[in-house]
Amino acid sequence: MKILVPVKRVVDYNVKIRVKPDGSGVDTANVKMSMNPFDEIAVEEAIRLKEAGVASEVIVVSCGVAQCQETLRAAMAMGADRGILVQTDVELQPLAVAKLLKAVVEKEQPGLVIAGKQAIDDDANQTGQMLAALLGWPQATFASKVEIADGRARVTREVDGGLETVELPLPAVITTDLRLNEPRFATLPNIMKAKKKPVDTLTPEALGVDVTPRLATLKVEEPPKRKAGVMVGSVDELIEKLRNEAKVI
Amino acid sequence: MKILVIAEHDNQKLAPATAHALGAAKALGAAADVLVAGHGCRAVAEQAAKLEGVARVLLADSSVLADLTAEALAAQALKIAKEYTHILVPATAFGKNVAPRIAALLDVAQISDIVKVIDADTFVRPIYAGNALATVRSGDPIKVITVRGTAFDAVGDGGNAPIEAIEAIAEPGPTKVVGREVTKSARPELTNARIIVSGGRGLGSAEKFHEVLEPLADKLGAAIGASRAAVDAGYAPNDYQVGQTGKIVAPELYVAIGISGAIQHLAGMKDSKVIVAINKDPEAPIFQVADYGLVADLFQAVPELTQKL
Ligand SMILES: Cc1cc2nc3c(=O)[nH]c(=O)nc-3n(C[C@H](O)[C@H](O)[C@H](O)COP(=O)(O)OP(=O)(O)OC[C@H]3O[C@@H](n4cnc5c(N)ncnc54)[C@H](O)[C@@H]3O)c2cc1C
Ligand SMILES: Nc1ncnc2c1ncn2[C@@H]1O[C@H](COP(=O)(O)O)[C@@H](O)[C@H]1O
Repeated sequence: MKILVPVKRVVDYNVKIRVKPDGSGVDTANVKMSMNPFDEIAVEEAIRLKEAGVASEVIVVSCGVAQCQETLRAAMAMGADRGILVQTDVELQPLAVAKLLKAVVEKEQPGLVIAGKQAIDDDANQTGQMLAALLGWPQATFASKVEIADGRARVTREVDGGLETVELPLPAVITTDLRLNEPRFATLPNIMKAKKKPVDTLTPEALGVDVTPRLATLKVEEPPKRKAGVMVGSVDELIEKLRNEAKVI
Repeated sequence: MKILVIAEHDNQKLAPATAHALGAAKALGAAADVLVAGHGCRAVAEQAAKLEGVARVLLADSSVLADLTAEALAAQALKIAKEYTHILVPATAFGKNVAPRIAALLDVAQISDIVKVIDADTFVRPIYAGNALATVRSGDPIKVITVRGTAFDAVGDGGNAPIEAIEAIAEPGPTKVVGREVTKSARPELTNARIIVSGGRGLGSAEKFHEVLEPLADKLGAAIGASRAAVDAGYAPNDYQVGQTGKIVAPELYVAIGISGAIQHLAGMKDSKVIVAINKDPEAPIFQVADYGLVADLFQAVPELTQKL
């Protein structure tokens, strides 16, 4: 069974982003870019399934600008076998990505797609669910545990009240939550090896997918700042402030 | 404009997040139909019918919907979706699971986690862990939207909408729920609590997390939250996590104890009305958003606070 893992290139989670003064977006020039953290978890899970003999091949796919190559290389340095770059300069929204991924799935016929639950730039939390819907596949989102056996997946999901365990037939889409695993670091020899792994480059046109954005971003602004607070010197002072100034207790 | 709100529930009780989604419908300026899809869930429909701003409650009650899976709920919603211009779903684990499926099957974008309605096509939503707010306009004929509960007041009771049974889908989805581990707590639910006491890695162990935070939460009638580090370390269950990828909360009072204030944590709580931070590190970023900061060892300060309240 092949496993397909979509990996998104995003502003690194440690970077404090800046909104452009003209309100047109977030400044991404000269900032550190990395693989979306949830996708690292997805790559790790796929590699573990391969190491356990459940999967035969791990294919990573990234959609976007030419530099998404670097994200694919990072995933291959972790252990993915090969990469697919769907290259475009058009701003990609989740529905468009889901359609591109559907086209790649139809070509590659994986038995499982493991995506991240959420990209930390758009915070959309949509693409995996949309892909599952477009393929007519079942889904298990926000996974904190995955077991695959006999053509079925048993997945523990992080939900609002606690945990839920679901069983679903493959092929299916799973999206990862933070506690599914701890992604490994790529070793230097594996980073070198990854440079030689194959990457296919495709385009939305070649896949026959219209990626025109459906949402127009009219403006991007900074959220209102909280006004500066005060430091208190003691527990007594804290209680006094909460009672008489903030009046919340 | 015709609005459909998809009710979140567990076949017995309507989740409060539904009333917040109706708050967004109110901001759009129209009454909404509410879809209650599940099994043995008439009581839920009755609760929804009492809410303000509900035009009709559509009840799809069938054993094929019992598990409330995304596949089944999306298929059910699709049977009526095309009659609407707006489909609103709470931005909770439940809503985030279902709404994108509905949007994809309608071939429209989904607008995630809106915090403001500008007009029928234009919405504000946070991106980059809430470090930026994007105003987006949808050109799609149907807007599928998830609603951030803390940004819209829940509608109150006072309605008396008719309940209409609608035909349920014929087939259950392929996914079966085989287990549920519900975190049991007598405390208020995190997203609805007036006061939250939240603990981080500074608590040091699961034992201390409970020993230090619970008496304070008891005194304040508060819910307990946690940072990701505290959840990862096993001090608290997963559904306590507050943040970009956990729960978004905005209580009257949020007390952050032994939490450094990473942007991913701030994303989940910085809209709280009053923030208190107790941390031994004066440089901790949490102090930048705190209304009242106390630099102290939490193992001394918190028991003292509890005792003096
Ligand atoms: C993709 C992604 C998503 C994430 N999502 C979330 C999320 O949703 N929510 C979230 O919380 N985090 C999230 N994180 C993690 C986040 O980046 C931080 O790692 C996390 O919030 C840190 O938790 P903490 O503040 O408890 O721990 P630390 O950063 O280790 O801070 C512990 C604090 O306790 C203080 N302390 C220690 N001992 C004492 C004492 N005796 N008395 C007083 N103070 C003491 C220390 O000074 C320190 O400030 C996410 C990260 C990533 C990459
Ligand atoms: N441009 C992209 N290329 C590859 N994968 C993507 C892309 N955008 C989203 N994804 C996948 O979809 C997940 C959820 O993204 P989102 O719906 O944007 O929050 C990510 O964690 C990735 O696994």
